[in-house]
Amino acid sequence: MKALSISNLKKEYQGGIQALKGIDLQVDEGDFFALLGPNGAGKSTTIGIISSLVTKTSGQVKILDIDIDENHSLAKKKLGVVGQEVNFNQFEKVEDIIKNQAGYYGLGFRKSKENAKYYMKKLDIWDKRNEQARKLSGGMKRRVMVAKALVNNPELLILDEPTAGVDIELRRSLWDFLTEINDNGTSIILTTHYLEEAERLCRNIAIIDSGEIVENTSMQELLTRLEEETFIFDLVQPISNLPEIKEFEVILENPRRIKVTLGKGQGLNTVFSTLSGIGIEISSMRNETGRLEELFLELVEPTLKEKE
Amino acid sequence: MNTTEQFRALATILYKEIHRFMRIWMQTLIPPAIMIMLYFVIFGTLIGKRIGQMGGFDYVQFMIPGLIMMSVISNSYSNVVSSFFGQKFSRSIEELLITPLPHYLILLGWVLGGVARGLVVGAIVTCVSLWFYDLTVDNWPLCIFVVISTSVLFSLGGFLNALFAESFDDISIIPTFIMQPLIYLGGVFYSIQLLPQFWQTISLANPILYMINAFRFSILGSSDLEALGFSIYSALGMIVFFIVLFSTICLWLLNKGRGIRT
Repeated sequence: MKALSISNLKKEYQGGIQALKGIDLQVDEGDFFALLGPNGAGKSTTIGIISSLVTKTSGQVKILDIDIDENHSLAKKKLGVVGQEVNFNQFEKVEDIIKNQAGYYGLGFRKSKENAKYYMKKLDIWDKRNEQARKLSGGMKRRVMVAKALVNNPELLILDEPTAGVDIELRRSLWDFLTEINDNGTSIILTTHYLEEAERLCRNIAIIDSGEIVENTSMQELLTRLEEETFIFDLVQPISNLPEIKEFEVILENPRRIKVTLGKGQGLNTVFSTLSGIGIEISSMRNETGRLEELFLELVEPTLKEKE
Repeated sequence: MNTTEQFRALATILYKEIHRFMRIWMQTLIPPAIMIMLYFVIFGTLIGKRIGQMGGFDYVQFMIPGLIMMSVISNSYSNVVSSFFGQKFSRSIEELLITPLPHYLILLGWVLGGVARGLVVGAIVTCVSLWFYDLTVDNWPLCIFVVISTSVLFSLGGFLNALFAESFDDISIIPTFIMQPLIYLGGVFYSIQLLPQFWQTISLANPILYMINAFRFSILGSSDLEALGFSIYSALGMIVFFIVLFSTICLWLLNKGRGIRT
C-alpha cells in the first residue's frame, strides 16, 4: 500500500502562476520520505493540497489508497500535519490546544485527554500543559504542533520544515522522536531546508523544482551519484605537517584531524594503507555531512541562477 | 466520520467558542450589560417618564424587547465574525481544515457559538431590565423561537462577513454602517406608527424591524406589525427564509474555499 499517491497534480494560482505542473509522487507505507526544493518550488503547495489548505486545479491525491475527493473524511482521519508556521490560538493553554485537536477528529473526551497526555510527555511539554501557548519558546511551540498533529494517531505524518529556527538540542531530540514513531509504523514525509536532516532521517527523497519533480529516488541511490565523497579522520597522535600524498586529496584541518576527498571508484582501503604507510594512526572516521547539499544544488542550480 | 464522532467534533467547537467568550467576559458580557443599563437610566427612567406611553405601553416596557433583541443581534453577529476572522488571521483555522470535519459542522459549530453568546447576553440584559420593570412574557414558545432564530440568522451573517473579510477593518464595516442603523431604525426606541407615511413605507424594507416587532409581540402581545397589516407569521417566515438563504451561501462558499483556502 502507498502512504501517499499523487498523480498529475496541478495547481495554478490566480494570475496564471503555475505552482505545480502535473507532479507524480508515490510514498511507500512506513517510509521516511524527504520532499526537498528551493523556496517557491511547490513543496508547501503540495502539502497544502494534501491537507486541504490549498485547492488543487486538477489531479488526484490518495492517502493510504483513499482518494481525498471520494472519501475526504476517511482520508483525512489518517493524516497528521505539522505546518510551517504556528497555527494554533496562542491564548489557549497547551493541553486545551492538543485536546481540542483530538476532539476535531471525533475522539471522545477521555481518549483525547489520554492521547494528549501521552504526546505531551513524549515531547517534554507535560510541565507546560497549563501555560498559555504564547508564553512558550519557539522550540516549545514546535513541540506543541507536533503533539497536535499526532494526537489522532495518524498513519501518515507530514512535517513542513519542523525544525526551522529551533536549537540544535531540540532538533536532535525531534529527530530521535520522529525516528521512533517511524520505527513504530507511521509513514513520514518531511520537507526541510536542513539537508543534513533529510540525509540523516530519510530513506527516500524527491526534489521538486519550479513545480516539477526533478528527482525521485532512494537517498542511497542519490548519494552514490556523487562524483566525490569526503571523509573526516580523527588522528591518534597529533601531526604538525602532512607528508605529500598523491593517491588522493587530503587537507590537514587541525593537528588531530584530516579531511580526505575520494573520487568515484577510489576505495577507503587505499586511504588506510597510505596513511598507515606514513605512520598516521586513525582513531575514528566519519562521512562529512552536506553531501546531499552538493547534489541538491546541482539539481536545482538552473532555478537558483534564474532567481539571481 | 460517524455520527458520534461528528457530535464530539461539534461539541469541541462549541466548547471552544463558549470558553473563548467566557474567558474574555470583561469584553464580551459586561459592556452590553452596562450599555443597556445606561439606556434604561437615560431613556427609560429620565426621558421615558416625559414620553409617557408608546404603542399602548409604558415607554420602558416598550423598549425592553427592542433592547434585548438589539443585544442578541449584535452579540451573535460580533461573536462569529470576530472569532472566525480571528482564526483566519492567526491561521488557527488550519487546525480545523486539516481534520475530517465536514464543512456543515464547522458552520454549525460557529453558529451555535454565536447563538450561545447571543442568548447569554440576552439573558443578562433581561435580568438588568427586570430591575427597571416587572416584565411578563405573553407567548413563551414564540419568544424562544424568535430569539433563537434571529440569533441563528445573525450568527450566519457574521460568518458570511468573516469569510469575505481580509482585514480587521472589514469586520467592522457591516456592523457599523449597516447593522447599527438598521437596528436603531428598526423600532427599538419608537413605534414606526409615529413616522410619516413615506418613512413608514421605507421602514418596512428594514428586515430587522420585523424581528424586533415579532419579539415585542411575543412579550407584550402587541406590536407595530398587526397595526400595519402584517401577520406575525410573515415575520417568522422571513427569518426562516433568510436563515435558509444564508446557510446555503455560507456552505457554498466554504465548499469553494472562499477566504479559507488558496
